[in-house]
Amino acid sequence: MTDVMTKDPLTSDASPPASAVDAKVSIKNLDFYYGESRALKDVNLKLEANRVTAFIGPSGCGKSTLLRVLNRMYDLYPGQRATGQVLLDGKNILDPGVDLNLLRARVGMVFQKPTPFPMTIYENIAFGVRLYEKISKSEMDGRVEAALKGAALWGEVKDKLDASGLSLSGGQQQRLCIARTVAIRPEVILFDEPCSALDPISTAKIEELIDELKSRYTIAIVTHNMQQAARVSDRTAFMYLGELIEFDDTPRMFTSPAQQRTQDYITGRFG
Amino acid sequence: MNALYASRRRRDFSIRVLCYAATALGLIWLALILFSLFSNGFAGLSWAVFTQMTPPPGSTDGGLANAIFGSIAMTSLGVAIGAPLGMLAGVYLAEYGRYEKLSDVVRFINDILLSAPSIIIGLFVYMAVVKPTGGFSGYAGALALAVIVVPVVVRTTEDMLLLVPNTLREAASALGLPRSLVIKRIALRAARAGVITGVLLATARVAGETAPLLFTSLSNQFWSVNMGKAMANLPVTINAFVQSPYETWRQLAWTGALLITLAVLTLNIVARVLGAERKQK
Repeated sequence: MTDVMTKDPLTSDASPPASAVDAKVSIKNLDFYYGESRALKDVNLKLEANRVTAFIGPSGCGKSTLLRVLNRMYDLYPGQRATGQVLLDGKNILDPGVDLNLLRARVGMVFQKPTPFPMTIYENIAFGVRLYEKISKSEMDGRVEAALKGAALWGEVKDKLDASGLSLSGGQQQRLCIARTVAIRPEVILFDEPCSALDPISTAKIEELIDELKSRYTIAIVTHNMQQAARVSDRTAFMYLGELIEFDDTPRMFTSPAQQRTQDYITGRFG
Repeated sequence: MNALYASRRRRDFSIRVLCYAATALGLIWLALILFSLFSNGFAGLSWAVFTQMTPPPGSTDGGLANAIFGSIAMTSLGVAIGAPLGMLAGVYLAEYGRYEKLSDVVRFINDILLSAPSIIIGLFVYMAVVKPTGGFSGYAGALALAVIVVPVVVRTTEDMLLLVPNTLREAASALGLPRSLVIKRIALRAARAGVITGVLLATARVAGETAPLLFTSLSNQFWSVNMGKAMANLPVTINAFVQSPYETWRQLAWTGALLITLAVLTLNIVARVLGAERKQK
């Protein structure tokens, strides 16, 4: 394990194409605490621009916790803290002076449960845009349409933009949440088990969408579904008990992982 | 059917009978109260009730116009003062101060205030406002009602906000919304029907309060829209008239009681309808 941890995954010869791309996010010596309990242990990892990085591992391994550090969502709750460094374009987002609202506008997040706001479909998207930009009604119409098209939802809702976001099906709601995230033009998008509450057809649509989105964004996805990780990601990180066990190109992780524990988890021997 | 199962069935049956009987016993009193209120109250309902003033001593006819207006004015002002304060405090408890120790203290004190006898609140406002300002007034009455409104609204606002799932707050924060907007535009909007219901129920609660007004607005037999002076109101008028020797005055008391009950019933129905809308979403 230690030799993988100390090796820089970007320069390691285990993943030669990786060195060609920039690291959008660099996580260095990251520890995370829920009160006294240590949930992440010295995690080192890089998220590359225009790549999908998947986080897999059994429940409680810290993969969601790691994701919630990247937009400092944990700051909403007392007693949760992170130490170490998370560099977004070279700037440490764990610095106390960081403006969390601006950070979260750059690092968007899509959650496990679809969470449309209690307002119309149109407003669900326009609402976030209006926070940061003053644009005319026609420009806003264009932004809403583009966001909904980007989330492959436009065709299904274009005639009922005034309907409540809550009236949509689960899969549609999740795509609305993705549209809402995309509309404010973030740089990184975090997906926290985005399909675990959805049926297979909706799941397929979201996965296609993630594949399209990666041309424009840096994407991190937490998933319990290993087939999903294999399908959508370029890199996969396996975590266990708060530690990053192995991080490599996805095909290699699923065919010939270096670590026995990764092998055991992937083949379903535990977890 | 074995013996054990048969005995369970018998016990289930007898418990169920007891439950129905207890429910019926409770409802019978309510039905009797409403029946006597409606039969006595409707008998005296006429235009004069809404157009004439409360009768002066010695006179036997009159209406409740000044008392109805006074009740509406003081209840409205009381809710207008108490509801925003209660909502803001409820927002503090459920949002900003959710994990603070201070919130537990505030919540505890609020619960005490919630169950404080209303006559004590009347006495408090009497000592704090009526005596220093030198007289009974509609404002003092409204203030006493506001003190009763606050804890009710604090409680319902906090409870309704706590029902809003945290995932919704996280989703809003994840878009870069500042805390104030997450609360105003997302949490409060999601809890809106429940918060409004709480305000309506608080209104219904104070509409019939007598004790706090007895020491604060007292009463006034003339038409008065000046809230700086003693002001007539339905509960205190009912309280006075029901003990009077005149038949017509007692009739007015019944009619006044009917009017309050109908108003409270209407507020409760509106609150129920709003609550039902919330559940549908």
